[in-house]
Amino acid sequence: MNFSIYDFTEFIRSIHFWLTGIFSPALADVIGLAIIGVCFLLFVTLLGLSLVYIERKVAAFFQQRLGPMRVGFWGTAQTVADIIKLIFKEPLVTKNSDKFLFNLAAFIVLIAPFMVIGAVPFAKGLHALDFDIGLFYITAVSSIGVTGILLAGWSSNNKYSLIGAMRSGAQIVSYELSVVLSLLTIVVLTGSLRLSEIIASQSDGWWIFKGNIPAIIAFIIFIVASTAESNRGPFDLAEAESELTAGFHTEYSGIRFAFFFLAEYVNFFIIAAVGATVFFGGWMPLHIGNIEFFNNAMDVIPPVIWFFGKVAALLFLIMWFKWTFPRLRIDQLLTLEWKYLLPISIVNILLMSLVALNGWHL
Amino acid sequence: MFKSIYKYLSDIFNGVKTLLTGMKITGYYFFHPKEIITQQYPENRETLKMFDMFRGEVVLIHDENNEHRCTGCSACEIACPNGTIEIISDKAIDPETGKSKKVIDKFVYHLQMCTMCNLCILACPTDAIKMAQTFEHAVYDRSTLTKVLNKPGSKIMAGVKE
Amino acid sequence: MSNIFSLISDKEKQSTSSATETQEYFVNMGPQHPSTHGVLRLLLTLDGEIIRKVEPHIGYIHRSIEKMCEKDSYQQIVHLTDRMDYLSCHINNEAVCLAVEKGLQLEVPDRVKYIRTIISELTRLSSHQLWWGVMGMDLGAITTFLYGFRDREQIIDIFEETCGARLTMNYNVPGGVMFDIHPNFQKRTKDFLKYFKEKLPEYDELLTGNVIFTERTKDIGYLSKEDAISYGVTGPSGRASGFSCDVRKKDPYSAYDRVDFKEIIRTDCDSYGRYKVRIAEMYESLHIIEQLIDNIPEGDFKAKTKAVIKLPPGEYYQRVETARGELGVYIISDNKKSPYRVKFRSPGFSNLFALDTMAKGYKIADLVAMMSTLDLVIPDIDR
Repeated sequence: MNFSIYDFTEFIRSIHFWLTGIFSPALADVIGLAIIGVCFLLFVTLLGLSLVYIERKVAAFFQQRLGPMRVGFWGTAQTVADIIKLIFKEPLVTKNSDKFLFNLAAFIVLIAPFMVIGAVPFAKGLHALDFDIGLFYITAVSSIGVTGILLAGWSSNNKYSLIGAMRSGAQIVSYELSVVLSLLTIVVLTGSLRLSEIIASQSDGWWIFKGNIPAIIAFIIFIVASTAESNRGPFDLAEAESELTAGFHTEYSGIRFAFFFLAEYVNFFIIAAVGATVFFGGWMPLHIGNIEFFNNAMDVIPPVIWFFGKVAALLFLIMWFKWTFPRLRIDQLLTLEWKYLLPISIVNILLMSLVALNGWHL
Repeated sequence: MFKSIYKYLSDIFNGVKTLLTGMKITGYYFFHPKEIITQQYPENRETLKMFDMFRGEVVLIHDENNEHRCTGCSACEIACPNGTIEIISDKAIDPETGKSKKVIDKFVYHLQMCTMCNLCILACPTDAIKMAQTFEHAVYDRSTLTKVLNKPGSKIMAGVKE
Repeated sequence: MSNIFSLISDKEKQSTSSATETQEYFVNMGPQHPSTHGVLRLLLTLDGEIIRKVEPHIGYIHRSIEKMCEKDSYQQIVHLTDRMDYLSCHINNEAVCLAVEKGLQLEVPDRVKYIRTIISELTRLSSHQLWWGVMGMDLGAITTFLYGFRDREQIIDIFEETCGARLTMNYNVPGGVMFDIHPNFQKRTKDFLKYFKEKLPEYDELLTGNVIFTERTKDIGYLSKEDAISYGVTGPSGRASGFSCDVRKKDPYSAYDRVDFKEIIRTDCDSYGRYKVRIAEMYESLHIIEQLIDNIPEGDFKAKTKAVIKLPPGEYYQRVETARGELGVYIISDNKKSPYRVKFRSPGFSNLFALDTMAKGYKIADLVAMMSTLDLVIPDIDR
């Protein structure tokens, strides 16, 4: 096996050959998929645990606090302790609620992030699903989550949950448009929806730098709209703590609540990952044109670190929003989308076409 | 038409500007961890000192000879709005004069009822009681909050009169 | 401005008639709810997200303080008022003491007047700081909560050093204050003034100017001057509706007649106006303390009173300006050790019941903003 931190293509291929050498091709495929599934399961769990910890720490530092400090060194084991507590907590079900849908909803919200995370390119060759409609697939599948939220709100037999779920429905349906349009702005330049090609097209510079002003506008719209789509503050109307206690997951406790929490954080990661891939070149190191020595120096840092570094930067930006701004009201939220973000992104995509036609981009 | 487009764009610009102003403040604190104000309470027990005036609980002052200044006059009991203080007094023979004299048997203090209003301290004519600066009053058993303030075997200081 | 309310309701009427038929439903906001800040229960009649009716139900934290006063001596009454509006406890104490002093026709030393005024203004500041933090939190900006508490902590330390307690200070006694100010008091207060003057502009930058915040509060919760007067809405909430009701100006007590300060009156009549009045009051409070802190006259910290206070038979009323509005203390005495009857006119109670008029036609999220700008303290409402 020739393992390289810079290019996983050979490594993955050798695993595949090794599997097909032992098992029949069909069985090898199944086992390969199972391995990928287990890997993602572990990854998502670790991601959830670490993101919750990071968010709590970051929030604390914004608020001049220290955050969790007791469990483990600097509170690093805090989320593990929380998860253990949640697992042992009794999952309560409200009276007269639709028990089947109530239980189902917690799983449906987790399905969407799991389906999307397969299409995220982590490094060169480290990519479970890479097909020619990758970006389309991500935007399509990520909106399945709203079904879970609506079901949770509906089946909880609680008016707060229902209001939260309805808000969330209106919000996600609206903001989906802006997310897609802002991503399409970059697709105009790449000419491909395949994520690996989008990344390859940024080998001489990231689109945020190459794509002129429209790319920057598209990025801002993407960040705002996708924050809204993932129900994070300042767009956390679905769970608006001070208005609806906890919104759609008011009635959930124990491990089912943990599922909602996990889904929220994985969605959060996915937004940052997609944003990093499309606007900041994913795992592609920072290259400037054809300046050889600079590009080679940048190539020394492994692509995985580039990817997670970019994702972390975007995550920080979104956390910064959440811990600074007040929440919008539902009608203002929709006004922002339909009167500001959507018209701007439509104009922006035309602008980008103009840029692409005239070759004004780099 | 152009005016309304200009207004639309300037609204967006001004809005974003105000948002960035807010982010500047939170960002400043994020990147200046020295400004953190958290006090890690049980860890800083050694250095944590309450102000002298802080009212934590009522204590009866005893000197090194196990003597206090309480004459058992019940002024504090009357001054207390919550029935926190109960003075159970006794009669004793004064060794000097041979007369029967009122002394305290038990100075009962119900911490669970106390609102730390300081009225008892003001009422005391002999300055026998004071407020201590202790604040860790959490207990597992409520009955331990009922305290007898005079130490066993203690007696009144010589020369303290009502 | 006055037809905003009717405009909104007309608009809503149209939308309900043209769209499919909707049904009104009830939501119990509270007694346990994050934004009622206590055990207040609001029975909301909603049409979708739009509020049709708000019925406040109170009594969940009723402790019969007024009845308890009837068995307590005049010194003992004071500490009960700490537990009413716990965020302006010193001002509550002062109100009772002033009423008793009125009954005794007792002139308190100047030093007492100055100390009381300074600590009252510090109390008002600390109350407004906490309110600012909570206001941000109710609107979803949790960070403001911590910043509000951070600055409040400085004032609380001053209280702790001088008055001996952080929240329920019970520093006033009829005739004066319980003990003299701590030697560090003036220095510490001046340090705080310096510190807070730097931090106060931060409040504006973080929340006041924020476009989301202004959108959330401007033209929300309209309360006309007429309504404010007829509901008896006082304090910053009333002054934002153009109702000049600052007791410190109208009926000066303690040292308020010796200091120069402005009564903040705005005519916005909305949540934003109520917010701005409180922010401006913080600047005014700083200004008042600045004038007094270096000029505390020497003298006694307490006038001589008898150990057992008996008010001459009669009725005594004293009003003061707490952080929430006008607090009235009404004492009927029948020449006994304890009063015959005590009545507190609490600002929170009157302010709360204007909520129905304010909230009709707005959304649930607006109700939270309105409640924040009314600055309700539930124990003050129930007593």
